[in-house]
Amino acid sequence: MSKAPDFSDIPGTYVLDKEHSRKGYQLNMFCMSLNEQVNRDAFREDEAAYLERYPLTPEQRHAVLDRDWLGLLKLGGNVYYTFKIAAFDRISMQAMGGAMCDMTEDEFKEVMLTGGKDAHGHPRRGPNVLEKDGG
Amino acid sequence: MHMGIRVVAQTYWRKTVARIVGGIGTSHVPAIGAAIDNGKTEAPYWKPLFDGYAPAREWMQETAPDVAIIVYNDHASAFSLELIPTFLVGVADEFQPADEGYGPRQVPVVKGDSKLAWHLAESLILDEFDMTIANKMPVDHGLTVPLSIMCDQPSEWPCQVVPLGVNVIQYPPPTGLRCYKLGKAIRRALDAYDDDIKVVIFGTGGMSHQLAGERAGMINQEFDQNFLDKLSHDPDSLAAISHKRYIQEAGAEGIEMVMWMVMRGAMNDDVKEIYRHYHVPASNTAAGLIILENAN
Repeated sequence: MSKAPDFSDIPGTYVLDKEHSRKGYQLNMFCMSLNEQVNRDAFREDEAAYLERYPLTPEQRHAVLDRDWLGLLKLGGNVYYTFKIAAFDRISMQAMGGAMCDMTEDEFKEVMLTGGKDAHGHPRRGPNVLEKDGG
Repeated sequence: MHMGIRVVAQTYWRKTVARIVGGIGTSHVPAIGAAIDNGKTEAPYWKPLFDGYAPAREWMQETAPDVAIIVYNDHASAFSLELIPTFLVGVADEFQPADEGYGPRQVPVVKGDSKLAWHLAESLILDEFDMTIANKMPVDHGLTVPLSIMCDQPSEWPCQVVPLGVNVIQYPPPTGLRCYKLGKAIRRALDAYDDDIKVVIFGTGGMSHQLAGERAGMINQEFDQNFLDKLSHDPDSLAAISHKRYIQEAGAEGIEMVMWMVMRGAMNDDVKEIYRHYHVPASNTAAGLIILENAN
């Protein structure tokens, strides 16, 4: 039998493993409900009231209402689910990614245009691909 | 007498079967689909990526496959945490584009090949790959963006599609080795299929990227180039890459690359690399594309 690896030594990374999935199931299923227009309308009408439909923890409820993108991950959320809240807000993946590491959307885009981050999470800050010859 | 045997042998060896005429590895970044849908492919940000797709689109037109088996993952669209199929075959006659929060992509309905898909489901399960069978499901960007990359914006997709879903979101996804073996089983199934059809197989997702966490934005061009280099001549070493190494070195979502191993497994051991394109960034992702053909 293979043993599951320990991911805790990978910095700044939240793997949807068994513990994470158990913790975040209701949170992620709330996010999933935003795939349907009728639910998006109800959430827009009264966010707090809509959240009462899901047995979230108080911390999870606050993280949703505060759009605490990193907090949502720490409370069991997975990005493909929590991004549904960002899509609801019309916030881009790059804006959400930036918010998780204290960058504005433009700063985050700049990091991506200069080679992204290394395995430790440090921006590589290479040449900007849009400024290279031939664009 | 001898002639008779030869005739029988020739008839046997000429038996018509489904032929794999190409393997395609490609990213399936939603923003690439959005750039196509919104007419932004000539914008400075996107032009270098799309210029590199032009030769791949020409190859696709010339190859004119009857069917594309598209190995992809659903991103909380058709499936949620309520039900998590590790491997899945879509057997329906058609699949509607999914609403991923903005309304469905305005792309053609995906036409299935129900007969081939059922043959695959049956063969794979009897070959000990316990596939989930999906008669009804919408398909999200994981499947439709690769079609847009290879076929641009036709009024109808130029081939039928068999969706082959892989869970890569809930840990653990199937291992790279398991995916590679699934590809080999798909090939055995195609070799035993009676219709003389041309099939291409797509492995989609990747390349290095991480969408979330403090390390969001991670890219590893060295990992990706090594992966592209070895896909042709050393797939066994790629099949041995562990989940943890993918996450560590290619980012949390880089693990999608196990789906490229399904494609590779379905090809001959000996393949020719026909085309390659690699570009950073496409939104938060390193975008790669490779085309393989079987060597003689």
